[in-house]
Formats: sequence, C-alpha cells, structure tokens
Amino acid sequence: MNPARYAARRLAVGILQIAGVACLVFLMAESLPGDAAVVLAGDQPDPTRIAQIRAGLGLDRPLADRFAAWASGIVLGDFGTSLVSGRPVTEIMLDALAPTAVLAGLTVLLLVPLSILLGVAAALREGSRLDRALTAASTALYAVPEFALAIMLVAVFGVALAWLPPTGLGGLTAAALVLPVSVLLVRPVCSTGRLVRSAMIDVLASPYVRHARRLGLSWFAHALPNALAPAVQHLARTVDWLLGGVIVVEAVFVVPGLGSTLADAVGQRDLPVLQGLALLFAATTVLVNLLADVAVLRLAPRA
Amino acid sequence: MRDHLSRRGFLGLTAGAAVLAGCGTASSGGSSGSGGSGGRLRAVFAGGGATEVLDPHLANLFNEAARAKALYDKLADLGSDVSPQPRLAEKWEPNTGFTLWRITLRQARFHDGRPVRAQDVLASYARITDPGKTFRAKSSLALIDLPNSRAVDDRTVEFRLKRPFAEFPNVLAAFGAYIVPEGTVDFSRPVGSGPFSFVSWQPGRSVLLRRNPDYWEGAPYLEELEFLIANEESARVNALMSGQVEYAHDLTPATARQHEGRVTLVRAPNSAMQAFAMKVDRPPFDDRDLREALFLLTDRQQLVDTVMPGAGQIGNDLFGKGYEHYASSIPQRAPDLDKARALIRKAGADGLTVELTTSTAAAGFVEAAAVFADQLRAAGLKATIVNGSKDTYWSDILTKGSITSFRSGAMPIETHIAQRLLSASTTNATKWARPEFDALYETAVSARNAADREAAYLKMQQLLHAEGGLLVWGFADWIVATSPKVSGVRAAPANTLDWARFDKVKLA
Repeated sequence: MNPARYAARRLAVGILQIAGVACLVFLMAESLPGDAAVVLAGDQPDPTRIAQIRAGLGLDRPLADRFAAWASGIVLGDFGTSLVSGRPVTEIMLDALAPTAVLAGLTVLLLVPLSILLGVAAALREGSRLDRALTAASTALYAVPEFALAIMLVAVFGVALAWLPPTGLGGLTAAALVLPVSVLLVRPVCSTGRLVRSAMIDVLASPYVRHARRLGLSWFAHALPNALAPAVQHLARTVDWLLGGVIVVEAVFVVPGLGSTLADAVGQRDLPVLQGLALLFAATTVLVNLLADVAVLRLAPRA
Repeated sequence: MRDHLSRRGFLGLTAGAAVLAGCGTASSGGSSGSGGSGGRLRAVFAGGGATEVLDPHLANLFNEAARAKALYDKLADLGSDVSPQPRLAEKWEPNTGFTLWRITLRQARFHDGRPVRAQDVLASYARITDPGKTFRAKSSLALIDLPNSRAVDDRTVEFRLKRPFAEFPNVLAAFGAYIVPEGTVDFSRPVGSGPFSFVSWQPGRSVLLRRNPDYWEGAPYLEELEFLIANEESARVNALMSGQVEYAHDLTPATARQHEGRVTLVRAPNSAMQAFAMKVDRPPFDDRDLREALFLLTDRQQLVDTVMPGAGQIGNDLFGKGYEHYASSIPQRAPDLDKARALIRKAGADGLTVELTTSTAAAGFVEAAAVFADQLRAAGLKATIVNGSKDTYWSDILTKGSITSFRSGAMPIETHIAQRLLSASTTNATKWARPEFDALYETAVSARNAADREAAYLKMQQLLHAEGGLLVWGFADWIVATSPKVSGVRAAPANTLDWARFDKVKLA
C-alpha cells in the first residue's frame, strides 16, 4: 500500500472523528449537574447572582445557539474564552501544553531505548536467570500505580533524603524532572519491554531468521524491525496517554500541565476550556495513531 | 483576531521552541532570602490553576484573595475580633441617622506614584456595582446610593446610603471591595496601593511581587514575595519541608498533627464554623422540639476530637465565637441524652429516619456526618447519609435536604445574619424567616442608641440559640505552616486583615 495515500485517507477519517468527539463532549459537559454559574458562585450561591453570572456568560441562551457559535468559532480557529478567567482558551492550552510536552518528550526519549534494550536482552537469553529476573521485576513494577510510586519517591528522595526537589514549584528544572519522569517511565518500560521480548522471541524462531543464522548473515538487523512492529502500536498508545497529561503525576509533582488544567476545567464546568482540551486530545490521538501505523508499514511492510 | 492567528502560527511552526521556552521560564529556585531582612518569601496556596485571575474585584479563591491584599487596599478590613478596622480610610463619621457617612482617606499613593483620591474610591465602587457585572462585593455595596454620593475633595468621600446602616464600615471591609485607580480596565499588570507592587505573572504557576517602599503603613520587610499554586495539600507540605517554599497555606488538622515539630505551625482559633443546618420550614425539623432534641443529643466534644483533633473547639449553636457582638453570656449547651430522648418522644419522632446530606465540598464534612449519624442513632433516631455533588453543593442545599453539613468562614455577625437568616436573605440554608427577628435586625443596624443595638444582637442570638436551625458544633482553627526561618506570621482567620499578611513577615 502507498503510505502517502494511506495517510491521507486516515487523516480525512481522523478529522471526522475529531468533529464527532467535539459534539459528544459538548453534550456530555452539558449534562453534568450544575453549570459554570453555580460552580462560580461557590459558597455564595445567591440565586440572583447566579442568574446574572449565567446571563453574563451567555449560558441562558439555547443549547443549539451556543453550539453553533462555538463550532463556527472553531472553524475560524477561535476556541473562545474561559468562562472562569476570561482568558483565551488557546492561551490556556499553550501554557499547559509546554510542561506536559516536556514530560512526555523526555519520557518517550528514555522509554524507547530502555524498553528495546531490556526486551532484546531478555529475548536473546530466553529462560535464563536474567530473563526470569526481568520478567519478575517488570510484572511486579507494572502492578504499582503511578500515584503510589510518586508518593513513595517524593517521600524518600524529595523529603527524607532531600536529593531532588519534591515538586515542580521551583520550575521544571532538570532536577525537578527526575522524579516525575521516573514515575511516568516505570509502567510503560515494563509493558513495552515485555512486548519487545515476546515479539523478538517469535521472530528469532521464525524460519527466515533461523536460515539467516545458519548462513552466518547479519540476522539481527533483519530481526529487530520485525520485532518492533507490535511494540510501536503500544508505544503510540503510551505517547497518547502521556500527551493527555497524566493527572495524578501532575497533581503530586505540581506540574501545571494539560492534565491538571483538564481537572480544573471539569471541576469549574469551564466548558470552552474543556472543549478545547477535548479537541486537542482527539487530535493528538488521531495523529499519534496515524504516525504509528505509517511507521509499522515501513518497519514491517507485511504486517 | 490577528493576535490569535499569530498565536496559532506560533504553535504550528515552533512547537519545540515553545516547549523549551515554557521550560526555561522557571522561577529562580534557590533564591530564598537569607541574611537579615529582605529576601524572597515563597508562599504556596491551593488555587484555580490556569483559570485564575489578577483582577482584585474578581478574587474568589484564597490565593487570589491573598494576592489582592498584597497589591491593593480596602477602605477598611476586619480585625482579630472581626470588627472593621480603618485602612485606606483614616476615619469614618456617620450622621445621626446613619444615612450619610463621611470618609477621610489616608495620604497614600498607587504604585505608579499617583495619589489615592476620593474619585478612585467612587470609581472602584461603581465598577463593583456595575449592573452588567457580577463582582462578589456587589451585593454588600448595594446599599450605597452611588449617584448621590460624592467626592467632597481629593481625600474626603461622602457616601449616601439607601437606608440607615450603623454597620457601614463592614461594607467598606467587604470581601473584594478593593480600591483601584480610576479608569482601570486591564488588570494584567495590576497597579494598586498595597504593600507590594507587581513584577510578573505566569497564570496557574506564580505571581512575583516586589516591596513597595512607599507603603503608607511602612515598607514590608521582605524584598520579594512569590505566590505559588499547589492544589494537593501533600505537595504544599513536601515543598515546605524540602525548602522549595517558606509558607504553606491551609493544612488539615491531621496533616498538621503529622508534621508537628518539623515545621512551624500557626493556628488561628475560631476561624471556620462547623455546623449542621436544619430546615425549619419543612418536616421533620419544622418541629421545634425535634430541633432542641438535636441540639441536646449532640456530643460536640466527640465531633471536635474526631474531625479536628487538637485544632478546634466546641460551638454553642451560634456563629462568630469571639467576634464583636457575640453573645458569650448565653451558657454553653451540654449533651443531655435523656432530655433529648424525651423531646424526640414528645415530637412523635421515635425511630424517625433522618436524612443527613453532606458532601466533600469542605474538609471534614463527611467525617463529621458519620460521627453525627452515630449520635443520632444513640438517641433513638434512624440516620442515613446522603452524599451530594461537591461542585454544586452550596447551591443545592439552599433548596434540597432537611439537614445538611454546613460551614462558614469568618465574617461579621451582622453579615452572617443579613446573608443567611432574614426572610429576604438569598443564601438562607435553614429557611429561618421570622418577622420579629427581621425587626430585631433592623434595630441592630439602625437604632441611634448603641445600647439598643447591642440588646437587639443579644435577643437575636437568644432566639437562634433556643430554636434556630443552625446546630453549630464547633470552630476549626485555620492552620498555616511556615519554615522556621519565617517570623511575624499572625494567627488570624482567613479573610481578616492579618490573614496572609506578608508585609509584616520577616525571613531570618
């Protein structure tokens, strides 16, 4: 299949998917109990004040009107303004994207070589002591949820030993990134490493590699790309997860990224921000998966 | 629109650079002040993240309120007994009927050097009461007849009120009633008259302020003040213990207890009223005997010991313990289970199911509801707990439920009554509405004789204590933690003058 044509078709479908997500999120946010006016009024829920806030935000207009206004704004590239702060949604998303992208980028940068290294090492010595140790360790670590690991690492390295900053409050310096990136790495390294291992074992047992080995050819360069194909799909899901801003990690380490912004927006019923983020997440999901599929096509054209 | 398109272009073309820039704009960590006075104090608050604002009239969250008071002044603010103290107003003088108030302003200057004038005061209040806007202080300021108020000269304002009001200084101290320079529309680089002036802002992350050397009350000790945001309490404490910040706002009693000795704790007593609100207009609590039974079956000490161990004290079914006008002469109610059971029988409520509505809208609510449900059961009632939505709780309980978890921060007792206990109150969660009580309130805020006013406050509180709907079981301390290097942090309830007051704080 021609990768370029394939990508174009997928992209068209992706745009439809994003539009669908936009409609869904709009309706779902509408069905949450209490609108932004009630949440904004907080512990001063004076009904006349709530009515005024509602009118000020335009929330008293019919649903269809608001959806039409919003959707036409999106087409023109305007995501609207936050109901809570009045700041442009684009600005809020850009502010939050930076720290999330730093965390995600660093995590992926370390994730790829680490999981290939561990997966291949285990596969080449299948059944050995090293393989069994790696299997046991990755199964155990995979079972630890991010928040538990984060709290433990902060308590030990951030507070008790005071080797590293426990939060990103002093800015996302290299030292402040060590703990959150470690937490984000653990589970993906375990799962991706396992996938690389099993795929590599399959490939090593395949006739063409066995034949290449018998002939004394450079079999490894042929085996690795084929072994990576399944891992690439998994990696795409991981990247997507990371770009969504991992809320627990952002909360524990005080990283003002996309995840915490989303959590705030949901809590405050800040519909335009919620909408903008949903579109952003839908777009990254579509794009990341598209890139992964194209990559697989190139790595192992038969797959 | 043009600005917007360029932004999008920026995102598309230089996403990588944007990421790096975002990474590099970190506040200069490690520059904690040391050596004598001055230095930078970093204070961490819970806050609204990316949606926060700098407009002092929009301030709503604690971090916004704390920043507003560092940058701006009000005419008055609430003292340690929650009575109004003069601030930008040097003095206030009412006429005999409390309808005309003459305010003399202090000689103060905004950060750009302009003097604070009577016109700025009128313009600020006009902005807050703008019919098209919904600023928080709007309802407090609504009794000022602004078109007929005037600037007598640059330093004298004459306020005409729509009705007589002896407690007008409470209005001058209202939450969010800050004085901004006349004509201000953009608050992205705020200019106020407060003890600190603006340096920079990264929404959702930090606000950096600098000492105002010309502050009318004397320049602050600190050279710089940085406000940071961490919504997780554990993150605030961790940052404090590792030296990333010097001041951590708002800790729960459990956390304070856990870290006692490792950080300096400042506790402000009588800060947050903890209560259950019974609706007196509907069954079952329209029955006065049943309300009294609940007052008597409550083991307040057990509630305090369980929900806020070592960080609170019991209440006497009245708001504002220790505040101006508080009826301390009314004896403290003690548990009397026998009498409570007799009253329950008298009300025909034996075995009645009480639906207790609570939510996680405030710390300790759910825990208190669980303890109280057991106390209800011990007195022969059935109790079930209903968990309400956290985000819309305060609005929901105005109309729904029969008994609900309730709390309140510090405010003058007059304000508490006006907002929650009059027939026309818009946030009346107990549905207490009595013409004779409304009349007493009118006397309390407008009688010419001070003794009459005080007598009316006492009578109102006697009524509420005897048969009101608010079961006030305790008052929680307000807890702030600081590094041992910090001194001068005063114990004060949130939203009073000395709360989060950084101009008097020193770094060793």
